[in-house]
Amino acid sequence: MESLLESIRVFSSETSPLDFYLVLQNWSLFWKGLQNTLLLLVLSLIAGGLLAVPLAIIRATRVPILNPIAYGFIYFVRGTPLLVQLYVIYYGLSQFEAVRDSAAWVILREPWWCALIAFSIGTAAYTAEIFRGAIEDTPRGEVEATIAAGMSRVLAYRRIILPSAFRRALPAYGNEVIFNLHTTVIASTVTVIDVLGAARTFNNKYYLAYEGFITAALIFIAIVFVITRVFNLMERRMLRHLVRA
Amino acid sequence: MENVMAYSPFLIRGVGVTVALSLCSILLAVALGLLGAAAKLSGSGWARRIAGLYTTIVRGVPDLVVMLLLYFGGQVLLNQIGAMTGWWKYIELNQFIAGVIAIGFIFGAYMSETFRGAYMSIPKGMIEAGISVGMTRTTLFWRVIWPQLVRYALPGFTNNWLTLMKTTALVSVIGLEDIVYNGFAAGRATREPFTFMLIALLVYLILTILSDTGLRALERRYTRGVVRGV
Repeated sequence: MESLLESIRVFSSETSPLDFYLVLQNWSLFWKGLQNTLLLLVLSLIAGGLLAVPLAIIRATRVPILNPIAYGFIYFVRGTPLLVQLYVIYYGLSQFEAVRDSAAWVILREPWWCALIAFSIGTAAYTAEIFRGAIEDTPRGEVEATIAAGMSRVLAYRRIILPSAFRRALPAYGNEVIFNLHTTVIASTVTVIDVLGAARTFNNKYYLAYEGFITAALIFIAIVFVITRVFNLMERRMLRHLVRA
Repeated sequence: MENVMAYSPFLIRGVGVTVALSLCSILLAVALGLLGAAAKLSGSGWARRIAGLYTTIVRGVPDLVVMLLLYFGGQVLLNQIGAMTGWWKYIELNQFIAGVIAIGFIFGAYMSETFRGAYMSIPKGMIEAGISVGMTRTTLFWRVIWPQLVRYALPGFTNNWLTLMKTTALVSVIGLEDIVYNGFAAGRATREPFTFMLIALLVYLILTILSDTGLRALERRYTRGVVRGV
């Protein structure tokens, strides 16, 4: 057993183009990275989703005054790189003494929280446009039915329009989740140890060029695979009425 | 404000790098996209499989990972090959070229999907009509296929281009002196990071608005002959 392990180690470090044994020895680093990546992904999706629903309703129903503001916000967020948005929040805000003296400084000086804020804003803007399209595509008949049943506007949105829109938005939202996963690697540029941050730390520690990045790439492919599967299952369940016989 | 004026030549140089990088990358992406689309539409199973693998990998792996892998890994790989074969001595990968290769490679995958979809939208009868009037393959391509390919691919192309421009910001991570890198350096030197990062944001916003309006005008030009149903 000992000699087998030893020969695997020797093969890994001397013959194989990738030192996979070294990667396995540092699994706790990558595990920590994976936890941070998933935490940033899930929390930003929740915060962004909560922000996206009112934005989408404002846009779809063209609420006066608020609609142009929402559109401006969405255009600005979607028209500029997330990396720079994160730099503005993390490095930029510290320029102002008022920010450094405020209570929010506890959060704004932490790269992890800044990354979460930037990702939430980003995914909110993209998700809002997806939801807006889905709300605008609500069949006229469904809206008429809510009026005929005497529902108030709020009740109609809560019971009929939003649930039906969420279902229609599901395939596009699945893409947005994967897209958001990809953008979380930007956290590594402000020293957060996410999957890519772990890969960069690992490569620097052992002076390697590709082992860490390839490991990171494989981890991301695995996560994307799982997300795709989950969304396929959800679509099959929630869009069952649309499946052709 | 006087700081911004003092650093403006430095910032403008950064904008130049960003624009040049975007244009070179989009050229590579279009070339790879056309190749990828041709492979996906071809009869050869191998070509289809390789093109499919290409799109799947790019969609699965974040762009920054691909970029770092190509930049650091590519450099080591090139030098290992050089040392093994003795064909070349130590070379250092240029950040600009590494950036163009990485971004072109990533967006080539998205472009291939755009072009494939566009090609499939061309009504078959049009191509058959071209053949029936005796057009050569070249004439058929330039007179019938290309104008419609452009029309159907333009909305997707616009999307890809807007995303590509924003993705170029990532090259600052490998040390290419684009608007983000120079803005960051200026912000650090003057202790006004917010001012300079905001300028970088506005530069991207202006580039986005310019391309958005320009490409939409082009879309109208290419859809002149189309009567919209709704």
